[in-house]
Amino acid sequence: MKGITINSARLGAAVAAALVLAGPVAAGDDTITLGSAISITGKYSQEGKNASDGYNLTVKMINERGGIKINGKTYKLAIKYYDDESTPARTAQLLERLISQDGIKYMLGPYASGPTKAAAPVVEKYKIPMVEAEGASRSLFTQGYRYLFAALSTSEQYLAPAIHLAAELAQKEGKKPSDLKIAMAFENDPFSQDIRAGVEEDAKKLGMKIVVDDKLPRDLSDMSATLTKVKALKPDIIFVSGHTKGAATATRQMHEMGVNAPMVAMTHCESANLTGKFAGAAEGILCPTQWAETLKYKDDLYGSAMGFNTLFKKTYPEYNIVPYQAAQGAAAVEIWADAFRRAQSFDSEKLRDALAATDMETFYGHIKFSPAGNNIAKPMVLRQIQGGKYVVVAPSKYASDPVVFPRKPTN
Amino acid sequence: MTRRSLALHLAILAAGVVAPVLFPGHTIQFAVLWIMILFALTWDTMGGQMGYNSLGNILFFGLGMYVCAATQIGLYYDLASYTASSGAIKIDFTDPQYFVGLALGVLLAAVVPVVVAAILSWVLFGLRGPYFAIGTLGAAIAAAELTAAWNYVGGGSGIAMPVFPGGPGERERFFYFACMVGTVFCYLFLRWLYRTRFSLAINAIRDDEDKAEALGLHTRRYKMVAWSVSAFFLGIAGALFGNMTGFIEPLEVAYPTLTFGIFMVAMTLLGGKGTLWGPIIGAVLFYTIKEITWTYLLGWQWIALGLLIIVNVVYFQQGIMGWLMQRKPEWFGVRVDPAPAGDAAARGRE
Amino acid sequence: MDRAGLMAGAVVSMWENLQILIAAPVFNAQLLINGLTVGAIFALAGYGLALVWGVTNVKNLAQGDFVMMGGYIAYELGKHGVHPIAALIPTAAFMFAFGWVVYRLVIRRVIQLDLFTSLLATFGLAIVVQQSLNLVFGPDVRTVNSGLGEIKMFGGMVEVTEIRLVAFGLCVLLAAGMVLFMKKSRMGQAIRATAQDARAARVLGVNTDRVYALTFSLNAAICGAAGVLIAMIWVIQPFYGIAYSVRAFVIVTAAGLGNLTAVIVTALGLGVIEQYSGFVLGAQFQQATIVGLLLAILIWRQVVLMRQRKALQ
Repeated sequence: MKGITINSARLGAAVAAALVLAGPVAAGDDTITLGSAISITGKYSQEGKNASDGYNLTVKMINERGGIKINGKTYKLAIKYYDDESTPARTAQLLERLISQDGIKYMLGPYASGPTKAAAPVVEKYKIPMVEAEGASRSLFTQGYRYLFAALSTSEQYLAPAIHLAAELAQKEGKKPSDLKIAMAFENDPFSQDIRAGVEEDAKKLGMKIVVDDKLPRDLSDMSATLTKVKALKPDIIFVSGHTKGAATATRQMHEMGVNAPMVAMTHCESANLTGKFAGAAEGILCPTQWAETLKYKDDLYGSAMGFNTLFKKTYPEYNIVPYQAAQGAAAVEIWADAFRRAQSFDSEKLRDALAATDMETFYGHIKFSPAGNNIAKPMVLRQIQGGKYVVVAPSKYASDPVVFPRKPTN
Repeated sequence: MTRRSLALHLAILAAGVVAPVLFPGHTIQFAVLWIMILFALTWDTMGGQMGYNSLGNILFFGLGMYVCAATQIGLYYDLASYTASSGAIKIDFTDPQYFVGLALGVLLAAVVPVVVAAILSWVLFGLRGPYFAIGTLGAAIAAAELTAAWNYVGGGSGIAMPVFPGGPGERERFFYFACMVGTVFCYLFLRWLYRTRFSLAINAIRDDEDKAEALGLHTRRYKMVAWSVSAFFLGIAGALFGNMTGFIEPLEVAYPTLTFGIFMVAMTLLGGKGTLWGPIIGAVLFYTIKEITWTYLLGWQWIALGLLIIVNVVYFQQGIMGWLMQRKPEWFGVRVDPAPAGDAAARGRE
Repeated sequence: MDRAGLMAGAVVSMWENLQILIAAPVFNAQLLINGLTVGAIFALAGYGLALVWGVTNVKNLAQGDFVMMGGYIAYELGKHGVHPIAALIPTAAFMFAFGWVVYRLVIRRVIQLDLFTSLLATFGLAIVVQQSLNLVFGPDVRTVNSGLGEIKMFGGMVEVTEIRLVAFGLCVLLAAGMVLFMKKSRMGQAIRATAQDARAARVLGVNTDRVYALTFSLNAAICGAAGVLIAMIWVIQPFYGIAYSVRAFVIVTAAGLGNLTAVIVTALGLGVIEQYSGFVLGAQFQQATIVGLLLAILIWRQVVLMRQRKALQ
């Protein structure tokens, strides 16, 4: 609680702003301020930083080019951040503060599905549009929210390209997809379980049999019991998703225990730095990604995906690889800017409608929202670790190299 | 109640009513403050008044949260289908449906933890001191793990709560007042309870359980009732908190043993355990400082919290109330007669 | 999805898992070896806890966090080119010093106080350690490479990493060293004397304060060593300490305070049980099994004592 004086100053500013017919609410009169409650501390602090660095880079780029022109006047962009400590309860709380106390009318998303699930009803209630790029849970888009827009591909698509690839390859070998056996281990948290739901659904559609289905506890770093089972049952596909910990543990322990399958796919390979830390052991693993710098997307602001990659590394030299969380964050602000330009207004409803009508190409991918608010124009891309590097192998439209199948045992 | 104390109570009530109007942006924070007060009060019943330090009271909080959620949704929809494959069904409630669900949910959230407390007390109350603490902590962790493994309630994916009908701001105010009413009710109840023979009995258990039992006290019964009282209010708090947050899941929202679970203890110790107002003062102070410094101490806030606990426990065990009672016994109706001159001389020789 | 169907499905898969073990007994060997090697490391943490508990009556809730600290020290040294196995000695030494400082600042003052106070003090310590590690190293998991390989047995069906065997051997060495120290050295005798009866020991000229300090620091060093091994075999993260704290408590509660053999056997057993529960029941029940065991042991001890009209305290 900062005291009465600041509150009355804010109150006064809000009143003045209201008198100017709902102009931009912020410190200066020529700034559009977006709001974000994101994980600055807590267990998602690394990814939260990736996302906010992405947000900030686009803001910087747009401002450097003069800002956004609305009704003949140019406005700069700014973002007001609060730290939600990676907990959903605080996300909801801080969003309310951003909306009702700070008067922010344009939101950027938090990091991870849990906090986004807490944020969605809040922005819906207050009718404040939110463009999020870090909450992939499919359940966010089945509730009929009108004010939530997601730039990223939703969770059930994460491992979908791998399953479909497996079905394709099986058919090439003369087998039926329903002959395939799947072993999967997912961490017991909302995001990983959402990915699992997608896999389960796809597997059911194709008739594949799931022989191991373990939920990994969050603070346990040992998968050996699960992997012993996998070794015994000799599945055709192994899926692992457990954030960075899951990828690191699985890769190492699979190598140590001599566990392998013709196809091994896991998420978070890049954040676990598999190619750096587990070079030989990680060979042949399939890694889905929301975005890769080698993809041939283009836009005006960054030029190309590689252009974004280079600029990001230059602006934030502490990054060796640019994680896709940063790319999606940067895209989210681009989407907002595009909506402002098309709506030529500060009214939340007009902006919401402008967002819903988005149809743009960005360095991150094509953006087009379904009526539910998720992006249906950008597929997940599957990469494989070949020779210690990530190469795109699926979907075939974007593939740069053929997939190495079956995966050779690493020891 | 003396006139001064009545005035104090009314002033606090008035402040409570007015706060969300004056500072609407902080409504949820204030609501959580009431919950913190409830946490401290209920912990003190066990720890301060009865001497059974529980590190797992948060179990009832989470249990209440889940029971309420299951009731609210389960009354009108199939919970299993809702939680399976991440909310594939959309839940929509009419206003009466929502409120009936909420009311029933809160009711069950109060009752089910009491039943669980009764069962657990049969199991855990043979343990004393640190074993009881560890045992309750284990129970809370087990509850979190089992909930996370149970698909019916969504497992690790959690449950997205029904949306409160009503405009922006109304939801926060509604739950704020609900939390306030719940906590005030808890306070009044405990205030009454601590004036009955029951409180004498549990104090006796705290002071020397074996002697109390030897004197014919049915210690087991008293222990169970005390824990059930805590469970009752904690369950209600959990139900309200779950609805306020909008999304619940086992490890972080429902059963946060390492945060709320420990806050309960830290707040009570800070304010002074074994007193009625100690937990309240401790909770208010702790939570206010925490909220203010959180943003400024970015990155260091938890370390500061850990240090606070250590310092409090090591150097300041009596807590604020205890310290006040030592320094100003007159405030608490204890008359300190000045020692006669002869005694002072005698003491001077020591 | 039908609820009864889900539960039935779960039971069926548990039965199927059990059948794998019966049909292909070689996998029992894998579970056993993994369980024993992880149990050996638990034994270290458990023994340290038993030592501190027995001598000072302080129940160190920060045990697992000391373990994590050791792991992070090894990680940090590894960044400067020190091989993790070589990092064992400096890590243990550093943790010893750390333990000494913590004793002087905090533990010494709570030893005389009631038992819950000391528990809470160590809990506060746990929070400080966890959050400091988080602040310094960030919340991402870390690991170090031991550079060792694997040994294949039973035609590749069972694989054991060499580092696990090394860890097992080191634990045995450490245990033997501790036993020798306790039995033969004067300090060891002093420690045992203080554990039996602190007042009598003081009367007989033992510097109990020194003994307490040494015990606590030894525990910290043992935990640190365990942490180094863990960093090599699994991953470390600032908040994973609680898993090891819980296991240490289970071991000590089941084995009692005085008996090193009991601690070791219990720890090994715990490791194996954990592996089997993960295999048969599923990974989601692994943690729950451990905590469930803790509760079961507490209840059982309590029931036994109640027969004698005593209480567990």
